[in-house]
Amino acid sequence: MSVTEVSNDITDAFPLRRGWQRDLIGVGIIIIAAIAGYFLFPNNLALLTRIIAILLLVLSLDLVTGYCGVATLGHAALFGAGAYAAGIAAVTFGMTEPLSMVAIGALAGAVAGLVSGVVILRGHGLAQLVLSIAVIHLFHEAANKASAYTGGSDGLSGIAPDPILGLFAFDLWGRTAYVFGILLLVIIFAVLRILVRSPFGMLCRGIRQDPVRVSAMGASVKASLIKMYVISGAVAGVGGAFNAVSTQVVGLDSLSFTNSAEALVMLVLGGTGSLYGAFVGTIVFVWFEDIVSAANPFHWLTIVGALLIAVVLFAPKGLYGTAVTLVERYGRGRK
Amino acid sequence: MSAIFQVDRLKKSFGGLDVTRDVSLSMEKGDRIALIGPNGAGKTTFVNLVTGHLRPNSGRVLMGGEDISRFNPMKRVRAGLVRSFQVTRVFAEMTPEEHVALAILQREGKSGRMAGSYHALPEVMRETRAILETLNLVALAGIPVSEIAYGQQRLLEIALAMALRPKVLLLDEPAAGVPHSDTYLIENALKQLPDDLAVLMIEHDMDLVFRFAKRVIVLAAGEIIFDGSPRDVTQDARVREAYLGSYAHASSAA
Ligand SMILES: Nc1ncnc2c1ncn2[C@@H]1O[C@H](COP(=O)(O)OP(=O)(O)O)[C@@H](O)[C@H]1O
Ligand SMILES: [Mg+2]
Repeated sequence: MSVTEVSNDITDAFPLRRGWQRDLIGVGIIIIAAIAGYFLFPNNLALLTRIIAILLLVLSLDLVTGYCGVATLGHAALFGAGAYAAGIAAVTFGMTEPLSMVAIGALAGAVAGLVSGVVILRGHGLAQLVLSIAVIHLFHEAANKASAYTGGSDGLSGIAPDPILGLFAFDLWGRTAYVFGILLLVIIFAVLRILVRSPFGMLCRGIRQDPVRVSAMGASVKASLIKMYVISGAVAGVGGAFNAVSTQVVGLDSLSFTNSAEALVMLVLGGTGSLYGAFVGTIVFVWFEDIVSAANPFHWLTIVGALLIAVVLFAPKGLYGTAVTLVERYGRGRK
Repeated sequence: MSAIFQVDRLKKSFGGLDVTRDVSLSMEKGDRIALIGPNGAGKTTFVNLVTGHLRPNSGRVLMGGEDISRFNPMKRVRAGLVRSFQVTRVFAEMTPEEHVALAILQREGKSGRMAGSYHALPEVMRETRAILETLNLVALAGIPVSEIAYGQQRLLEIALAMALRPKVLLLDEPAAGVPHSDTYLIENALKQLPDDLAVLMIEHDMDLVFRFAKRVIVLAAGEIIFDGSPRDVTQDARVREAYLGSYAHASSAA
């Protein structure tokens, strides 16, 4: 039977190679887009750099929401923890070496991920969502109260990172920060693609689709989710630390509910559970916000809302997910 | 020979309804037991109780003499107690190959690996392929489960159970929802289970029960009313009265 032959071929040889190829292409596209961005918007590198930091947050959110199915409106806690840890390390403890700052951010993010994971995963569904909101408010309030270290509502300023490796100083135009961010992003993206294709990534996808089946296979749902939360925290922490390094300030808004909710919106806009959707969603959202808020400062939120409703109603898998579905359908139709 | 699996005076009630009343049974290596009983008798509840998906009001469950009553479902699986579900539970977006590979990786303690892929593990690929072949699922190996027929998803349930290499296997109506023309695939799969595995199968198809089981247990209204040979079950007065009437006539006519 032809069906048998075709699918045998596919399962024997292709997923492995196709997966790798797709990811190599993905990395290639990121690098090309980064170079294009550098030359096309030389005066807007600050915006592009901000997108990189947010992207790390949204990628991190995709790990727990897209791959594991955890609903959370408190993910900025992980990002903010990384930002404050890096900022405090620099301002209070004089650790201004940028790579160390990023490492400290990753560690703090991982710890914040562990803490919020343990809390949020106690609930399911709506309770989970409410717990996540409680978590972000607690983190926010803690940062507000610890103003001796965090600067409270004034924010933490005076972060002055050293040149990277002692060679590349952070310049006024944000070129160094941009290149540094792209490098971080490419490395993390590659690592995460390996992670989500690994046995552990497959297990997490299973947990999202049916946790009861996973436990009936003898795997621990809770332990796996917490592990993923810690990894996700490290990624968000790098994003936060990078934001602290590149903007040289950390504000309370990095630990805000709004920041968390926007990250979720970006993820849903682009499509969950692929990491590629996170890219599409973040770039489209921030770019859209930038254009629309300049063109119509009073109604831009309305317009963003309308865009969201349109996407959720007509492209429920997000922009990337829907595009993939259309391409696959087209490909099948041609056979 | 000592029992590999033992259930001791299990009780469960939902609200005021006693769904499991003092159920005790034991299984030995190589057992082939059919658990039958009318709808609502408490068969699925029994499986949920012993596998830890439900908490009993009282009673104990033992594997190889060890009390596993306080284990969660995951630990019971690791102790060798595996079940299938009456209503298929599979991962809609994953392929049969991924399902079976994941079960094997889990059994081998490799499901926590954060790099690489099962494609690169020849033993896993070989075993996955062998199990899918046993259940005639090779042609569908690469298609998301949401796109394959329910009957084939039922076969995948059994494939997953086989991949976990249990000591005790509880199958909850494995043939339910499988087109009659395909039940032979399930029977074939059952025949290929290891000889020393203890199997308890809940089943309504009495032809299948009589071909499969060396021992039949009848559950009615939460109580075991018969535990004996397939030959005797149709003759038993209580069983006839409680439930079997039509089957007894059917089988004596056949
Ligand atoms: N979670 C539950 N809550 C309340 N009643 C339940 C629950 N699960 C099963 N029951 C009841 O327990 C009885 C036995 O159900 P079940 O074990 O599914 O029967 P069987 O598998 O033998 O058909 C039924 O009356 C059913 O309505
Ligand atoms: Mg049942």
